[in-house]
Amino acid sequence: MLGNTDLTRLIFGRLTLDSIPYHEPILIGTFLAVAIGGAAVVGALTYFRLWGYLWKEWFTSVDHKRIGVMYMVLAIVMLLRGFADALMMRTQQALAFNGSQGFLPSHHYDQVFTAHGVIMIFFVAMPLIVGIMNIVVPLQIGARDVAFPFLNNFSFWMTAGGVVLIMASLFIGEFARTGWLAFPPLAEASNSPGVGVDYYIWGLQIAGVGTLLSGVNFLVTIIKMRAPGMTMMRMPVFTWTSLCTNILIVASFPVLTAVLALLSLDRYAGMHFFTNDLGGNSMMYFNLIWIWGHPEVYILILPAFGVFSEVTATFSDKRLFGYTSMVYATVVITILAYLVWLHHFFTMGNGASVNSFFGITTMIISIPTGAKIFNWLFTMYKGRVRFELPIMWTIAFLVTFTLGGMTGVLLAVPPVDFTVHNSLFLVAHFHNVIIGGVLFGMFAAINYWFPKAFGFKLDPFWGKVSFWFWVIGFYFAFMPLYVLGLMGVTRRLRVFHDPSLHIWFIIAAFGAALIACGIGAFLLQIFVSIRKRHELADTTGDPWNGRTLEWATSSPPPHYNFAFTPVVHDLDAYADMKRRGFSRPMEGFKPIHMPKNTGAGVVLAALSTICGFALIWYIWWLAFVSFVALIATAIGHTFNYDRDYHIPADEVAASEKSFADALASRS
Amino acid sequence: MRPFRLLAVLSLPLLLSACDSALLFPNGDIAARQRDMLLIATGLMLIVIVPVIVMSLYIPWRYRASNKKADYDADWNHSTKLELVIWTVPLLIIIVLGAVTWVGTHLLDPFRPLDKVTASQQVDLKQDPLEVQVVALNWKWLFIYPQYGVATVNELAAPVNRPIQFDLTADTVMNAFYIPTLAGMVYSMPGMETKLHAVINKPGVYDGFASQYNGAGFSDMSFKFYGQKKGDFEAWINNLKASKKTLDRAAYLDLAKPSQDVPVTYYTSVDKSLFDRVVGMCVPKGKLCMQQIVDINQGKMDAGKTIDVNRLTHNTYDLDAYGHTLEAQGATAPASNYKPHSDELKPDAGSNAGQGSVAPPQLHTN
Repeated sequence: MLGNTDLTRLIFGRLTLDSIPYHEPILIGTFLAVAIGGAAVVGALTYFRLWGYLWKEWFTSVDHKRIGVMYMVLAIVMLLRGFADALMMRTQQALAFNGSQGFLPSHHYDQVFTAHGVIMIFFVAMPLIVGIMNIVVPLQIGARDVAFPFLNNFSFWMTAGGVVLIMASLFIGEFARTGWLAFPPLAEASNSPGVGVDYYIWGLQIAGVGTLLSGVNFLVTIIKMRAPGMTMMRMPVFTWTSLCTNILIVASFPVLTAVLALLSLDRYAGMHFFTNDLGGNSMMYFNLIWIWGHPEVYILILPAFGVFSEVTATFSDKRLFGYTSMVYATVVITILAYLVWLHHFFTMGNGASVNSFFGITTMIISIPTGAKIFNWLFTMYKGRVRFELPIMWTIAFLVTFTLGGMTGVLLAVPPVDFTVHNSLFLVAHFHNVIIGGVLFGMFAAINYWFPKAFGFKLDPFWGKVSFWFWVIGFYFAFMPLYVLGLMGVTRRLRVFHDPSLHIWFIIAAFGAALIACGIGAFLLQIFVSIRKRHELADTTGDPWNGRTLEWATSSPPPHYNFAFTPVVHDLDAYADMKRRGFSRPMEGFKPIHMPKNTGAGVVLAALSTICGFALIWYIWWLAFVSFVALIATAIGHTFNYDRDYHIPADEVAASEKSFADALASRS
Repeated sequence: MRPFRLLAVLSLPLLLSACDSALLFPNGDIAARQRDMLLIATGLMLIVIVPVIVMSLYIPWRYRASNKKADYDADWNHSTKLELVIWTVPLLIIIVLGAVTWVGTHLLDPFRPLDKVTASQQVDLKQDPLEVQVVALNWKWLFIYPQYGVATVNELAAPVNRPIQFDLTADTVMNAFYIPTLAGMVYSMPGMETKLHAVINKPGVYDGFASQYNGAGFSDMSFKFYGQKKGDFEAWINNLKASKKTLDRAAYLDLAKPSQDVPVTYYTSVDKSLFDRVVGMCVPKGKLCMQQIVDINQGKMDAGKTIDVNRLTHNTYDLDAYGHTLEAQGATAPASNYKPHSDELKPDAGSNAGQGSVAPPQLHTN
């Protein structure tokens, strides 16, 4: 029997049948829903013979626009998962009063809030911004594609690999019960012996590779591949903010990778970087993870700022106010992002001078941010504001984010932070800036650029329904949390003993229900828009009277984006072209050199994911085999010289002609 | 809908005053001064925030496309005067707020002994502050009163208007010690000691709790804090002494085992070195304290030829002692030294937990 057990362990590591949480009705229900839904999707794809199409046209695609769309789909799917966690938390906290334990035991609840944070940041917000950058940046700078198209595909699949591991933790084993940053010593093997933290580590490490590589990719793309004439100070603001975001990614994600590697050495090899004993120090982890974590906040918000800049100028039919100060504000924020990390732990026993220094640097960030907000307001001033969905999201952002900015500065004052640190006030604050800033920005972006990506606009009615549910739901869900924070209620509590708090949690749960309606309306908006795609079609390529280069090509753009590389003479390049009566050249096309699709990214990411899974469960042979296969595939791929092709001039001419015909038939 | 949203925001202070907010109406001088900082900072911020929110709603409405009466200037994109205003006004506010922050942070530094017990009353220098040593355990609070030689679990008391000096540490994981009405929170961390100076000004029963997530028992890791008149406090101490329980190192190790929702416990006598040993991570017999390790490293102490690594590790309890029921289904051997649940059913289970594993020796060999 002993030998038998040994053999099982050799083959399966610590993975046993007991790791399947079949005694947890919620998880089994979820599993069944996912399984049935998944089977239905797989069945439908097989029935309609779409596998080949998906593989050839999407999964292996190196086209930045398609990769962008895949990022967006991934983000929206994960939004549903992350939001399901949010609903469970809100329900638990609304129920667990008057001696009730609610419906989630701590073992489950603690995983839920950890997963919620991890998913929303790494697998919703990040894919959303990377997806939007993918779709928009190359078009905005007049490029054919990104600098490293294969790397782009690989980055996406690594992110997807991280998602697979995080989702697998739901049904095989468990997820971390440590909070979304997995602070040691709680995350050390001594206090979290299960597979949860290992899922966390490997999920983030694999996705982190993808994020870092796409950061490098966009950095090079923006620096090296701008259209002729587009100097740095003629770049659209969205491209500027993307540039700064990618600088932040490249400079900060390695820190995350390193700190998680140190934590895994502690957990796997018995080392002592962050343990209590033998010279370890968990404070090191706090510092390192926030040296990544604070820039991460700006990684998320800067592209959203870029979106608002584009949207405000376009929908006010006016040049952006204060472009130069907008750019400098972005750069200042990028630099200051590295000088504030300590404000996440003022209460860790730092001296008063250290705390004041970091408190004041934090406040200083509000100056360039404030300047940006004024610039948007003055852009609308003396404009003609068209109340389409993107600008509605922008106005909601201005009001909401200003409020969140104020509470942020309050938290930056150390004596105030001592009283509201770790409280629901803090929770309300960062949801206020992340939902009010990043998410509203991404909804503005989706409504703004959807016609560019797909060739038809999104349905405004359901868009407005979604907008109002989201905005009102947000206020209902998070204003009570500010109140609770000021009543001294701390975060991550599972049960409550003070009945006077109950009403606020009920209001917050109601707000979450409104947001659920908002998400539903958003999905419905996409569904309805697809059905009404002919009615909503955009044949002009420029549905909003846009100002930047992405609107100069057709919607959706051809594979090659621009038949002729545009030449830029002014800041708002396309507005300038339109003003000068730009006419599309209809002859003289040359064959266009394009990268070929490849499946290597999918294979590499799949092998990484298998390796991660094996490491989580101590299946050493599988980890070894998949790692060797990973390296071999990567090397093998370098010998693949069949990487490019030319789109013949005739084909370019034909697709340009069909666009021109569509334009002509409109007028 | 927009007026409604504004209304909701505006009515917040009203709603707040209706409920008893420990942060806005505290009963300790430190918390009151922290509250004042909150109000000053909010006031300063509102100078910008209110106009911005009003403009965010007014400007798009005024310049809506259908309003042809409004000016329209598609090329207006720069104004040096406006730029100057939008950069300097926030800058000036931040300069003021920064100065307030610098002074406030130093005056309200938790490490700094109090100079005042209320806004008007200075500290009586002849009277020692009440010392309380706080140990955050999984998942309960241990309070040691070295001046009285007593200790309590999950109950804290202090006389009003006498400064209190908390020395904080933790047993295994990061915690934060927080009594909202008394003063802001400070982390209590294993192997480290932090301090908090505070004073309670009004008798009453207040809530205190852990405010840094620390594992399964987090929600119930709370205690009552009694602010008492001087006589009542003495009576409380005397009553406590009637319990006849001793907190020596063995009793501490027993107490430190993970447990949830722990009832209030009193200890009449406490090992005098206990708190220092907790900080030094050497409560169990045979462990080297951190200070001793430092001394050895500096050559001040002779360690002999070899030191057993077990003397250097810190693991006050064996996870197994907590039982399996609350642990994860994924938490099996070898990481946790737990057997897989299926192994438990087998007759010879127990003898080979964690043995013969393919995994490297993961943690603590003890």
